[in-house]
Amino acid sequence: MKYVDEFRDPALARRALAAITRLGDTIRARRDGPLQIMEVCGGHTHAIFRYGLQDLVPDSIEFVHGPGCPVCVLPMGRIDDCIAIARNPGVILTTFGDAMRVPGSQGTLMDARAAGADVRMVYSPADALEIARAEPARQVVFFALGFETTMPATALTVLQAEREGIDNFSLFCNHITIIATIKAMLDSPDLRLDGFLGPGHVSMVIGTEPYAFVADHYRKPMVIAGFEPLDVLLSLQMLLEQIEAGRAAIENQYARVVAAHGNDPALDAIHAVYELREFFEWRGLGSIDASGVRLREAYRRFDAEHRFHTPGVRIPDPKACQCGEVLKGVIKPWQCKQFGGACTPDSPLGALMVSSEGACAAYYRFGQRRVPAVEVP
Amino acid sequence: MNRDGRITLAHGGGGMAMQRLIREVLLPAYGDPDHDGVEDQALLDAVLPAAGDRLAFTTDGYVVDPLFFPGGDIGALAVHGTINDLACGGAVPLALSIGLILEEGLEIETLRRVANSIGRCARDAGVRVVTGDTKVVARGAADKLFITSSGVGRVPAGLLLSSAKVRAGDVLVVSGPLGDHGAAILCERSELALQAGPRSDTRPLHRATQALAQACPGLRCMRDATRGGLGAILNEIAQASAVRIALDEELLVVDDATRGVSELLGLDPLYLANEGVFAALVPEGEAGAALAALRAVPESARAFVAGRATGGAAGVVLQTALGGSRVVDLLSGEQLPRIC
Repeated sequence: MKYVDEFRDPALARRALAAITRLGDTIRARRDGPLQIMEVCGGHTHAIFRYGLQDLVPDSIEFVHGPGCPVCVLPMGRIDDCIAIARNPGVILTTFGDAMRVPGSQGTLMDARAAGADVRMVYSPADALEIARAEPARQVVFFALGFETTMPATALTVLQAEREGIDNFSLFCNHITIIATIKAMLDSPDLRLDGFLGPGHVSMVIGTEPYAFVADHYRKPMVIAGFEPLDVLLSLQMLLEQIEAGRAAIENQYARVVAAHGNDPALDAIHAVYELREFFEWRGLGSIDASGVRLREAYRRFDAEHRFHTPGVRIPDPKACQCGEVLKGVIKPWQCKQFGGACTPDSPLGALMVSSEGACAAYYRFGQRRVPAVEVP
Repeated sequence: MNRDGRITLAHGGGGMAMQRLIREVLLPAYGDPDHDGVEDQALLDAVLPAAGDRLAFTTDGYVVDPLFFPGGDIGALAVHGTINDLACGGAVPLALSIGLILEEGLEIETLRRVANSIGRCARDAGVRVVTGDTKVVARGAADKLFITSSGVGRVPAGLLLSSAKVRAGDVLVVSGPLGDHGAAILCERSELALQAGPRSDTRPLHRATQALAQACPGLRCMRDATRGGLGAILNEIAQASAVRIALDEELLVVDDATRGVSELLGLDPLYLANEGVFAALVPEGEAGAALAALRAVPESARAFVAGRATGGAAGVVLQTALGGSRVVDLLSGEQLPRIC
């Protein structure tokens, strides 16, 4: 299949792996412990597990699975707010599929639907707007989630609703920003990372320039990476080449999609509709300054938090959870005391077990699962 | 029929309206000479097993939305699904019953299309629709049209299949490309409007399963890869037989249309439903004969070897084309499209 198979070519993968092994060995000989490389984006985590890249890279390299799974980092209190909105009579709550199973303190959106709320899965905010057009007597709310990747689509939908004078559509806005998040990780005292595989689709929107501080100020190398297995391997090779040469720069492996200055129409839409919040609460990481956005004053009428009452109660992460330490690479998913016991994809305790992009769910499903040994007769 | 041709509660009331519906829509569609719609039961002397044969009996509900989709419709599913449940147990399917639950307001033309599809699929498969039931519920109490179908079949003496019979070394054979039905339904629901999108693989499997059973005396088990796809049934077999099943990604056959939808929506074809593909485990020495027998039947002409059972912890593992591996676990729920 075009644009897919050429990025999964086993022969090219073997060549990249040979280079990665050689570079990893050279670097490893000069230091203690393996290199820790964070893939920021959940899409990369998914690719690493789906293609078994974890097994293929040499021991000199460890992947640390970062916070870039928007579903995973959503705190319970926000899910509770979303369910409260969905329970309003006449409301149709529309959402991306994988947000349906994220637990709040009182259950998930799927539970709310079973209890009578009108919760519908859509593939795009434009679908939600279409429902609003078709059902003018109902209030249609879209559960807006994600980094800058999904922001342009929701912003353009709000602009479209405004143009058409649709007044029964609103967003429950939980968009988060990548730069503040990476900065918070870099400022964390227990950080041990050696470099980043940078997010591909966020960068398609914001470009590569906003990451300059990662190299300039923190002296960490970053390579913006695509999502096919060869993208990930080639990006890793580029990262190791930087580390081996003692360089720290922002490089772009995903140039077929990402331009240095980003995508202007997308950025214009974001800036027209959204403004930064002073802070936003993250599951596992706590509150991060300027890491979320809300609708600007001019679009307040499309803001579900303005239109509906939300409890807004802050629910602390379960005490037993070690999601934050996993997110920062301090421990591996399976080193968490709850992993595979109290916390499984079936009944997730921590956020990282929820989405298939969450590091813990990925380990559980694809990798280091505790399978009871059974003797074959 | 009422003037605008819609189902009303009267069609389920047992009176004239119901009789006309049965006589004018359902019986002509099913076309069984012995089924007159008057008696409350079918009498099937031909089904009685000979010495050592066993009677297979199965039932299944069909609630698919949309009712019509590329490659099939709910009526085809109701016939094929029940035939396939019988067939994978080694049975020769003989007769079906069709229960219809209709929502008030359903267009009679829609019902006619579904009934015609049921009749056509049953005839094509050589299986009779011998009895049925029709109920009408108030608007909103069901979604358009639901079907339950039950079926009986005969398992020849000596054929004993079980998911618990698989041994390390056995070869996994799959009867056709993975995930086409699930991809077709998702495509319709998400209104992706693809050109040349995936088509459902709904088809009867009894000719393929019988060919395999004849070619392969050591046949361990056959399983219809419906909900949860190949991933789900292989996990059940692996647990039942306490073996590890190792899939080889390079051997798996997934058509481009289904792959494309999976890539777009972030789904794994291993977990997408089929309605006309089954997996079988056969002793290593019979794998060649199994494949040849399947490929000689049109419904399984694209059969392929997908992997084998091995020792080690019970479960399913995929060897990726790049040389890595991953566990193919049971999903916690339905596969949900990823956000980014």
